Amino acid sequence: MLNYSEKVMDHFKSPRNVGEIKDADGVGEVGNPQCGDIMKIYLKVDNNIITDVKFKTFGCAAAIASSSMATELIKGKNIDEAWELTNKAVAEALDGLPPIKMHCSVLAEEAIHKAINDYRVKHGLEEIKEK
Amino acid sequence: MEDKKFVYMDHAATTFTKKEVLDEMLPYFTEEFGNPSSVYSFSRATKKAVETAREKVAKAIGAKDDEIFFTGGGSEADNWAIKGVAFANRKKGNHIITTKIEHHAVLHTCEFLEKNGFEVTYLPVDEYGMVSVDDVKNAITDKTILISVMFANNEVGTIEPIKEIGKIAHEKGIYFHTDAVQAVGNVPIDVNDMNIDLLSLAGHKFYGPKGVGALYIRKGVKIDNLVHGGGQERGRRAGTENIPGIVGLGKAIEMATSDIEGHSQKLRTMRDKMIKGIQENIPYAKLNGHREKRLPGNINFSFSFIEGESMLLLLDQKGICASTGSACSSGSLEPSHVLMAMGLPHELAHGSIRLTLGDLTKEEDIDYVLDALKEVVSKLRGMSPLYDDFIKNGGK
Repeated sequence: MLNYSEKVMDHFKSPRNVGEIKDADGVGEVGNPQCGDIMKIYLKVDNNIITDVKFKTFGCAAAIASSSMATELIKGKNIDEAWELTNKAVAEALDGLPPIKMHCSVLAEEAIHKAINDYRVKHGLEEIKEK
Repeated sequence: MEDKKFVYMDHAATTFTKKEVLDEMLPYFTEEFGNPSSVYSFSRATKKAVETAREKVAKAIGAKDDEIFFTGGGSEADNWAIKGVAFANRKKGNHIITTKIEHHAVLHTCEFLEKNGFEVTYLPVDEYGMVSVDDVKNAITDKTILISVMFANNEVGTIEPIKEIGKIAHEKGIYFHTDAVQAVGNVPIDVNDMNIDLLSLAGHKFYGPKGVGALYIRKGVKIDNLVHGGGQERGRRAGTENIPGIVGLGKAIEMATSDIEGHSQKLRTMRDKMIKGIQENIPYAKLNGHREKRLPGNINFSFSFIEGESMLLLLDQKGICASTGSACSSGSLEPSHVLMAMGLPHELAHGSIRLTLGDLTKEEDIDYVLDALKEVVSKLRGMSPLYDDFIKNGGK
């Protein structure tokens, strides 16, 4: 069994922000069932501020904990700040992830980017290109 | 609230060592520590203990005493059987037949041999994990020197048509090896009746100690040594004998084979109750493996829309020990090779759980685990986007 930090186990057992937002302003889904991870993030944006965020995730404990932590980290931020959230920051906030699970934090970053771009396109803004 | 309960449902991974077994082993650590290779009379007791254990192993599988060789476990026995026969019979041919669902001790050994000039056919299995006897027959060429098919699969519990495969091998004059690590103590075995030339077994799967196993080698089989060195095991396997381990293996196999029918009937009853309970209470659950030709303690299900490691960790919170074929717990990128060979889609292979019952399993554990499973599956489905999509599409 992998050695997960207590923070990972906490966010896995009691994930924050699980669910969906029916009238979301931006939705981003990444991953595929072949790899065993799918992450879907819903954003509610008001005046450029992320007022609410929810997620649904199919995957291992690290994927669920990464989704939970990432949504916590962007809640209340403006969308430009949220875009800057890196997978490393998500992993660090979880007190680290095992090396083979780092891709779970990458998925969280990607899902947020996708949701933000979805919001931007819907609001006539230009998509931000991934670096 | 976290439960203090402990429900061990991973007997296929390993078992505890029975008290009676340990009691027989203990004197050989402290009092009877002599090296059986020594000449003085003090060593006679250990020499005798090894031979008594050998008789017990031989009796358990219908072999002769001098056809049993002790090893450092099941993996060593598999390595020895396959490499030993391959290298010793190289002049006769370089082709080996095995299956896609073998344990890695067999698969990785075959892959090693492929790098060394051998050709290996990995036979497919059907959706229940069953090898076809016709496939074995059709794969034989004039270069085939060895057929290796596991007795029963460790993940899905499917029991293979060993006797029939052995018969074909013998008709063609090809050696037949079976990895019986999961079968010993659960299924009656007779190497002569079942046409088996080489058989691997491991002590810790049937309430013996870890780190000790045996290889049965039918008299007359041409096989090279794997471990070179001193003249132990009649010159076939070097290294000072693991006397306590060997004594424990002997006692454990004697106990495990004294009432196979009673033991397996007890397990089958609980197994079938659990299978029925899952099928009736948890939707979108698929039983993996064969319904009847199945190890008495094996339960393997795939739960749609969720992932195995998450299930294991939540079950662990409830004190339940289980295992999964999901890639996420193994450290590799691919899910279980066994489930993939059975044709399961990736997402179902990722969502598999194996529960293996044994001597630690009590009747009431079945209900406890069923309740826990229901809760865990529903919790994870509640956060799965795959389940959402499925429901939104009207359950398609």
